[in-house]
Amino acid sequence: MCIMFLLEKLKDLGILSPRKAEDYKKAWYKFSRNPLSVAGLVIVIVVVALAILAPYVTPYPHHAEYYVDFANANQPPSLAHPFGTDQFGRDVLTRIIFGFRYSLMMAATVLAIVTPPGVILGLIAGYYRDRWIDTVIMRIADIFVAVPPLVLALSICAVLEPNIFNAMMAVSLMWWPWYTRLVYSMASSLRMEPFVQAAEIIGASKIHIMFKEILPNCLGAILTKVTLDAAWVIILGSALSFVGLGAQPPTPDLGTMLSDGAKYMPTIWWITIFPAIAIAVIVLGFNLLGDGIRDIYAAEAR
Amino acid sequence: MSSTLLNVEELQVHFKVYGGILKVLNDVALTVNEKEKVGLIGESGCGKTTTMKAIMRILPWNAIVPKAKIYFKGKDIMKMSDSELKRLRRRSISMIFQDPTAALNPVFKIRDQLFDIVKYANLEMGKNLSKKEIEEEAIRLLREAALPEPERILDSYPFQLSGGMRQRVCIAMALASAHELLIADEPGTSLDVTIEDQILRLLKQIVEEKRTSIILISHALGAVKGFVDRVYVMYAGCIVESARTPDLFREPLHPYTKGLLAAVPKLTGGGIPSGIKGRVPDYMNPPLGCRFVTRCEYAMPICEKKQPRMIKAGNDHEVACFLYGE
Amino acid sequence: MKVSSENILEVINLKKYFKVSKGIIKAVDDISFNVKYGETFGLVGESGSGKSTTGHIIVGLYAPTSGKILFEGRDISMGVERRPLALKKKIQMVFQDPATSLNPKRTVRQIIELPLKVHGICHGDTTQKVAEILQMVELPVKYMERYPTELGGGEKQMVAIARALAVNPSFIVLDEPTSALDVSIQAKIINMLMRVQKEFNLSYLFITHNLSLMRNVASRVAIMYLGKIVELASTEEFFYNPLHPYTKMLLSSIPVITDEEEAMKPKKIISTGEIPGALNVPPGCSFHPRCPERLEVCDKIEPCMLEIAPGHFVKCHLYNSARA
Repeated sequence: MCIMFLLEKLKDLGILSPRKAEDYKKAWYKFSRNPLSVAGLVIVIVVVALAILAPYVTPYPHHAEYYVDFANANQPPSLAHPFGTDQFGRDVLTRIIFGFRYSLMMAATVLAIVTPPGVILGLIAGYYRDRWIDTVIMRIADIFVAVPPLVLALSICAVLEPNIFNAMMAVSLMWWPWYTRLVYSMASSLRMEPFVQAAEIIGASKIHIMFKEILPNCLGAILTKVTLDAAWVIILGSALSFVGLGAQPPTPDLGTMLSDGAKYMPTIWWITIFPAIAIAVIVLGFNLLGDGIRDIYAAEAR
Repeated sequence: MSSTLLNVEELQVHFKVYGGILKVLNDVALTVNEKEKVGLIGESGCGKTTTMKAIMRILPWNAIVPKAKIYFKGKDIMKMSDSELKRLRRRSISMIFQDPTAALNPVFKIRDQLFDIVKYANLEMGKNLSKKEIEEEAIRLLREAALPEPERILDSYPFQLSGGMRQRVCIAMALASAHELLIADEPGTSLDVTIEDQILRLLKQIVEEKRTSIILISHALGAVKGFVDRVYVMYAGCIVESARTPDLFREPLHPYTKGLLAAVPKLTGGGIPSGIKGRVPDYMNPPLGCRFVTRCEYAMPICEKKQPRMIKAGNDHEVACFLYGE
Repeated sequence: MKVSSENILEVINLKKYFKVSKGIIKAVDDISFNVKYGETFGLVGESGSGKSTTGHIIVGLYAPTSGKILFEGRDISMGVERRPLALKKKIQMVFQDPATSLNPKRTVRQIIELPLKVHGICHGDTTQKVAEILQMVELPVKYMERYPTELGGGEKQMVAIARALAVNPSFIVLDEPTSALDVSIQAKIINMLMRVQKEFNLSYLFITHNLSLMRNVASRVAIMYLGKIVELASTEEFFYNPLHPYTKMLLSSIPVITDEEEAMKPKKIISTGEIPGALNVPPGCSFHPRCPERLEVCDKIEPCMLEIAPGHFVKCHLYNSARA
């Protein structure tokens, strides 16, 4: 397909080494066998592109922030406003696209904060399995896991000032142990593999073994989880905004839009339904993409 | 003369993978007669298991079968309907796999797995057995497979049994439905040598008592020698030689067979044998002529152009090599 | 056992016990042997015999429960974390299954580079050195950029051996190096190992259950059963004059091809029963339940290791009476 062609070109241009080009081609082959995965990739790319280019692609970019036009309020979907207008006269389609920004930003930030420490702790705990470090790390992780996620996030947000930044902190705090657990389970079994033993016999340092021997074998699971987690973080973030503890109005956040429009259901349905569909679409996109990524790393059958 | 039980002719199997098509099996042909013990030897990757899977019709999803004539007692297996196939698998042919641990479901006790097989095997014969009868039959099968304390085995999970016992459970399962042909794919490879010896002797005894035919696949030449009546030698998806066992080991004809036998270290000493030079051919681009040509020390110009056919070279001895004619 | 400077490795009363919930597994139970400089010492046994564990202890993957290991005269009876780097350069290991002993996510170059970098043999661009090493094991230099999954079984094992040779060790533990491979590839690899041994004056501890291979590779052989060495002799003696009933049982069940080999084997001893688990080691001589030549005393007292002929040691009551 065209992707294969593109990768071949990159290799010829010297941007990609032959080894890497071959690896990516193989990865694409495995990924593209399932058309749903490709659909997921397309959805995610479209959403990300829309989010980045929001001010340029939306019909009414100025509606995204503070804007009032009561003459045009509560208009049903029309050609001028494909998703209608909300109670302040703001174009729903525009706000949704801007809302993508916040959802994606939340996902990216939380996962960026959470993944490195979570993975590193999991590697350490897995390498030193059955020693005291393992116990300490994993029991601390257990504590965070034991608290229901939404409750923890709500409590933190309620104590601190409700804004999107604190919402992200709250979600990060309860998300990291899942990465530790995932990496721990993989690292602790990989620890016993002959290739790790061989590295020890050679005299490789522990850091090398953790990061260069064990970690590459966990990447598949980590990447898959990150992708699927993006969907979860977006849902959680929207839930927090929905109850008023995340993004505050007039910020166009999908969750806030849902809560704003909830009281007008079912008559002014477009204010709620379209943001809801948008959330569903993003989540679906990331889930399908995550499945595809998992397929890339799935063991090859003989 | 006993009649033909299984007749495979012109079997070709290809696999679709990243990068192209692997043309693995190249016109494989073999025959198994009633009450006969046949061996199939060859090294890993040569297509022995693929051949058996093709016969049992359990090839993976990316397998392509351009040509296949597989007849069991005269009926074409490739054209059988689902119900005929079921009947075949429950009554006539059964397979023992290489790794008994992988062949048994780890979350079920042996009784759950064995009872199912016994029940359906008998159902095909029109016998609807009661639970008690099924249990008795299962115990009888386990005893036949030389397992002591069958009742305890029934109540165990696979992980509670040793490798040798697991393999014997697999044999018992195969016995339930293999009334005519048993296919044993490297049955002792993952086991210790003394246990492997026991398993092979057990199989030999069973097969001789029950007058079943058996195809024994192995890359261990010694194991095959003491067991089977006739041997097929396979290389890179082709059958290159077939002969009666004593003839093959005493007078191998095909250069590959010769190289293989020479490569086995001898108990009597003699130093390290030399291997066969070169590598197995790439299935994606197999040689146009004989697939062994790059490694053969007797290679002639014709070997690169034409593919050799199996020709008679003695009493019950066939070889696919231009050294012996065309 | 004589302690002298002709031995690169001396194992003295080595024990390794594992505590599990059900009790204690005596994986290695008081074994002693030496490996001379430049020799290939063979260790034979079935699963549960402790031969692999012995290899692991020598290399440092396990620390011994008791006993001593002397390497070039120095005590190295400790786990690999506590061993000095210079020692790790001298002792290397080749594992049985190359598919798991090579990291599937690292290229051949990275795998061979690792020992070079760790021991400071080569920094920066390692291409030249890695190419040299690949040539030494007769692998094409272009394999450098491949992943192990793209190589055949024999080739993977060559890479594993290349990795072991990269640091120029003096002693290599070969744990069933060819058991997972086909016979024609086995021949190639063994030939390569022998050539390299001569070229670099290496000493090998060769662990395998394949007696025919052992016959042609080792100069001395020890056979283990349930953690103990039951017989130790030169290869000739071991194969032509086996003394211990277990040795005879094992030899009689090897499948062979030629008639001469068949004639050489001891009379067929049908092995009965399962190999007992290491948790339920029988009292007295641990082999007595399966032994066809069992005596009265065998289930009560453990026999001692005695030197019946020069260099030929047996642990069996049948030969005790000769001395008693």
